[in-house]
Amino acid sequence: MQLVLTEDQELIAATARDFVSTNSPVARFRALRDAGDPLGYSPKLLREMAELGWLGIAFDEKEGGAGLGLAELILIVEALGRRLAPEPIVGALAMGGFALAEGGSAAQRAAWLPGILAGEKVVALAHQEPGARYDLFSIETRAEAKGAGHSLSGRKSQVLDAVGADALIVPARTAGAAGDRDGITLFLVDARAPGVTIERQIRVDHRNAALVRLDGVACDAASVVGGMGEGGALLEREIDRATVVLAAEMLGGMSEVFDLTLSYLKTREQFGVPIGSFQALQHRAANVYMEIELARSSVMAAARALDAGEGDGAKLVSLAKARCSDAYVLAANEAVQIYGGVGMTDEYDVGFYMKRARAAELTFGDAAFHRQRWATLAGY
Amino acid sequence: MSDLENFREQTRAWLEANAPRSLFGQAGSELEGTWGGRKATYADPDAKVWLDRAAARGFTAPTWPKEYGGGGLSGAEAKILAGLLRELKLPPPLIGFGLTMIGPTLLRFGNEEQKKLHLPRICRGEIRWCQGYSEPGAGSDLASLQTKAVRDGDHFIVNGTKVWTSYADQADWIFALVRTNPAAKKQEGITFLLIDMDTPGVSVSPILLISGKSPFCETHFQDVRVPVANVIHQIDAGWTVAKALLGHERTMIADAFGAAGPRPDKKGGRSYLAELAATKLGERAGRIADPVFRDEVAAFEMESRAFAYTVQRTKDAARAGHQPGSESSMFKVYGTELNQRRYELIVRLLGPDALGWEGPGFEDDDLESTREWLRSRGNTIEGGTSEIQLNILAKHVLGLPA
Repeated sequence: MQLVLTEDQELIAATARDFVSTNSPVARFRALRDAGDPLGYSPKLLREMAELGWLGIAFDEKEGGAGLGLAELILIVEALGRRLAPEPIVGALAMGGFALAEGGSAAQRAAWLPGILAGEKVVALAHQEPGARYDLFSIETRAEAKGAGHSLSGRKSQVLDAVGADALIVPARTAGAAGDRDGITLFLVDARAPGVTIERQIRVDHRNAALVRLDGVACDAASVVGGMGEGGALLEREIDRATVVLAAEMLGGMSEVFDLTLSYLKTREQFGVPIGSFQALQHRAANVYMEIELARSSVMAAARALDAGEGDGAKLVSLAKARCSDAYVLAANEAVQIYGGVGMTDEYDVGFYMKRARAAELTFGDAAFHRQRWATLAGY
Repeated sequence: MSDLENFREQTRAWLEANAPRSLFGQAGSELEGTWGGRKATYADPDAKVWLDRAAARGFTAPTWPKEYGGGGLSGAEAKILAGLLRELKLPPPLIGFGLTMIGPTLLRFGNEEQKKLHLPRICRGEIRWCQGYSEPGAGSDLASLQTKAVRDGDHFIVNGTKVWTSYADQADWIFALVRTNPAAKKQEGITFLLIDMDTPGVSVSPILLISGKSPFCETHFQDVRVPVANVIHQIDAGWTVAKALLGHERTMIADAFGAAGPRPDKKGGRSYLAELAATKLGERAGRIADPVFRDEVAAFEMESRAFAYTVQRTKDAARAGHQPGSESSMFKVYGTELNQRRYELIVRLLGPDALGWEGPGFEDDDLESTREWLRSRGNTIEGGTSEIQLNILAKHVLGLPA
């Protein structure tokens, strides 16, 4: 494993940074929030990202992708995370898109992947249920056999990027009880199908998230993604991949909020000198710097391990998510403290990073959850 | 066959013919390495044979010029030699501060006579060196040092005390910073001076640490006469030399903690800490029974792994041609703090078994862990405190104002 960017990767990262600086200042996110935009993102910008080849970068060439991997996708997502770009990358592309590419039938892939890679279609993965915290198998949504198909009933909450989605992948129970890994089946459901209601939830980070109600939604046999009752393993793999993508977004966010903090330390004067000359603040900044460096190494290692299909990939996903959770929250908390009073005001951007840091930390498991998972995977 | 391949084959053949058989496969074992010097004793006579043959071939200092006893090898050739030593698991023929600290300094700052006199004796392992920088009154603020050197004809008369002089009791010469101009600004009145430890007036007393015996000494100078010819670089310009050497020392320490310090846990199998925790606290359904310690072990393993990846990332970047910056300060801070956490955790996992100091009723391993715990507390002090490293990071990496 080489933890250094190739020339091609450097180029991808630089292109992404340039595009995001020009097209997605934090003011864009602020405007979407202030307007109460129902989607919370720009479908037009999503299509522009598709035109740059970003959405397909980690998909197979036979699906119309670039045939690269997470090692490349994380460079783009990091750039987006720097400016809090809210486009549906984690919730839709990485969760729904990857799940379809890996588990979908030929017909499902042909029907959906071209649209997803073109930024024209959005497929969200509705796995989260109220009260399940980070247990992927805590699924109570039932899929009752009905004729040749199934009827889905249940409730999902904070489904990422579900508002405006064209379809949902819904994990539901075809056997077993909540908590069982076996007996979970993934169904691809049209968002406009009778019995589906999608209601926007307003979260602290103002990202697209929804309460999804399924009330006797009819699904035929062709709508099953992966094997009957075998959705648990697929879900676990896809959430691992999405977790690395989210970690990359967090890496971008923590890097940017730290850069903001550094420039404030250099320019804000108190007692007649820049506050960055105070040793108490210098040491806090140096600590944040070190934590970000460790987070970066962890994200790079996890992406490469998953791309290579290495055995300890799952452990490294937990490493990346744990390091990014702690480091992003630390960087954001320190930013608000060092900005002082203005850091508490809505007018300044650092508060956005604090809110996003918390939301990302509490998605797919916080550091404590991933330490437990690491220990289990390490056999103790 | 390319020149480098030729060199590899020739060197391999030479090593196989000349390195004593008993030493193959020994590197990385408890073998401490050969420090050389006038007072050296060789418990294993083969170690001396290996030193002499390697020195004659220029392999104790492979990249130094041949005229000074080195091997005259290019960087690429030296890498091949190092690779072969690793492959054959041969211990280095010679180690010590002569090779790693004063030698490179002499090559850069010494005059021709000084190089001709000292470098060959270092290469042959005849003279062992120690470093005289810190003083009882000059720790982090090294430039405030007070050991005086007063000119008397073609000699200096040196008076003062150096502290933390590692292995001074076994060293033959010391390279020391002394104050030659008390009137100048503190960095500008310092001279870098070489002193033969056999000169009358030099005395050494070992320092007992909270962890017990240590290689550290105090070295006292009482009216010690040192020839002016032993000044390296210029009189009153020793700070320049010292800074160059300090950078070197920091890289060495960072390397030690980055590479050899907290290793990534083994693939498969449990880490030492996890196994210790499972043994001491018991297991329930394959898990360490105490969830708090389980969490701590995982946190430590994960941070160690993230740290190891960060060290690797810097090395990969250096190989790809990126300039290394002041990252060594980060490695010094983080690596030493991880090492301290490791021993704090071991001691708490051992419980009352960690309370042994010596004698019956305690396991040797546990006694050693206790001493290592105490010793590790010095890691964040020696070689530039963590606070000094954070200052360096803040100013030189983050660009914060002075």
